[in-house]
Amino acid sequence: MVITKNKDYNEILKSLGNNKNIIILGCSECASVCKTGGEDQVVDLKKYLETNNKNVQNTKVLSTSCNFLLSKKELKELKDDLTNCDVVISMSCGNGVQTVSDILNQQVVPANDTLFVGEKIRSGIFEENCRTCGECLLGRTAAICPVTRCAKGLLNGPCGGAKYGKCEVNEENDCAWIEIYNRLLELDKVELLEEVYPIRSYSESSSKRSINNRRKK
Amino acid sequence: MINSKLETALNNNKFAITAELAPPKGTDFSRILGIAQELFQYVDAVNVTDFQSASVKATSLALCIELANRGIQPVLQITGRDRNRIAIQGELLSAAHFGIQNILCLTGDHPTSGDNPEAKPVFELDAIGILKTAETLMKGIDLGRNELSPPFPQFYCGAVTSPEYSPIELELIQMKKKIKMGAKFFQTQGVFDIKTVEDFSNQTKDMNTNILIGIIPLKSPGMARFMNRKVPGIEVPDNLIHLLEKSSNKTEEGIKIAADFIMELKDRKICNGVHIMAIGAEDNVLKILDKAGLIG
Ligand code: SF4
Ligand code: SF4
Repeated sequence: MVITKNKDYNEILKSLGNNKNIIILGCSECASVCKTGGEDQVVDLKKYLETNNKNVQNTKVLSTSCNFLLSKKELKELKDDLTNCDVVISMSCGNGVQTVSDILNQQVVPANDTLFVGEKIRSGIFEENCRTCGECLLGRTAAICPVTRCAKGLLNGPCGGAKYGKCEVNEENDCAWIEIYNRLLELDKVELLEEVYPIRSYSESSSKRSINNRRKK
Repeated sequence: MINSKLETALNNNKFAITAELAPPKGTDFSRILGIAQELFQYVDAVNVTDFQSASVKATSLALCIELANRGIQPVLQITGRDRNRIAIQGELLSAAHFGIQNILCLTGDHPTSGDNPEAKPVFELDAIGILKTAETLMKGIDLGRNELSPPFPQFYCGAVTSPEYSPIELELIQMKKKIKMGAKFFQTQGVFDIKTVEDFSNQTKDMNTNILIGIIPLKSPGMARFMNRKVPGIEVPDNLIHLLEKSSNKTEEGIKIAADFIMELKDRKICNGVHIMAIGAEDNVLKILDKAGLIG
């Protein structure tokens, strides 16, 4: 899931400038779970803007902001309001903001900061576990991601800097590679560490990526 | 090309000695070159750190070139912290041009532990990746599979290891990978306990590699306790800390402890040599070698 946090309301207000007529869009996927773009947060932001003399013409929580065709269809319902509106606020992740902006011929501003791809540990607590590196090596690392959890992002075992099992960079974190080793030991798969992981290519991930899954098969 | 003295020593089962020097934080190399001049006839190579402790200094290559020009064989340390594969390959080719053969490949400390903690870390290649890179260049191609113009570089590559690492089994796996990628020798983190070396010698027997045990002369009980608390892989035993506490000349005591340890290592033949890291007190290396009977 994509983890977000609300920007300061004050900052959102500033990004509106002198514009008066506003539409707020939420997202019922990740942003709802993060409580940054669900019904309640949309209502909250609306109240705040109204006390600050903005005219919130309409609000809508989209099913999946980052789904282009679906959002396009759902936004048709707001057609009339959209023609009079000055700025659209999107309470989704950074991708959702851009999808909405691609659909509308309108200024769209974000209400959230997008932080990471992560896991919901329990209500309100999220943790980063994947950096979307494009070449998943969890199969050889006992499903513990070294790209994310090792402070140096090392792909070929530990750096030797751990002390008492803790990472040399931050004593509060366990060394990811020692965790990987211990978990592989439990699984009786330590031999997976013996193979040298080849030097990785970064050419694919250095510019915007896109794929067409339909081409395969 | 002159052969690596270190390689020759290790191949002939001589007890090899290397000493570590750091380039200055500044532009004047005279003090460090002076120390190197005094030392070089007693050591097999002078090992030059690469932005040691992730701190800004003159480069390892610059001091290595100065040494090589004076007929002193250096070991060029090279880490993956500050350079991507293009810079690392360029650095290695440049080293080869100046006749520098000994290369020590390290992952490197994180910038946050150094004196410019805001720096962006690179770590595109780790120690294993740098070893692989050196091996690739020796074959006459670069990592992008482009041909080099001859003559191709000749390197004698080493890596680091840590006998007190826990779990040691994981460190041994790393060592084997480094050997597979071309490491011919290892220098270890500072060790103070002969039992650790004995165990490590047994654990690594099947690897058929060369191990230079790291020697760090202690300067005070405070330094020992600090390293025990903070420095990865360092375990100074209590009896040594007591010795230092009782001593009226702590530096001399530290030198004696180091010299005694080296003599014992040499007598017992449980390693292939030593690597002396006299962090910030490089003038003491000669005294240690003298006390250990390794001079003259
Ligand atoms: S290796 Fe880590 S960062 Fe890469 S895809 Fe897998 S979980 Fe994500
Ligand atoms: S101590 Fe472990 S987690 Fe930290 S940088 Fe080194 S290998 Fe990575």
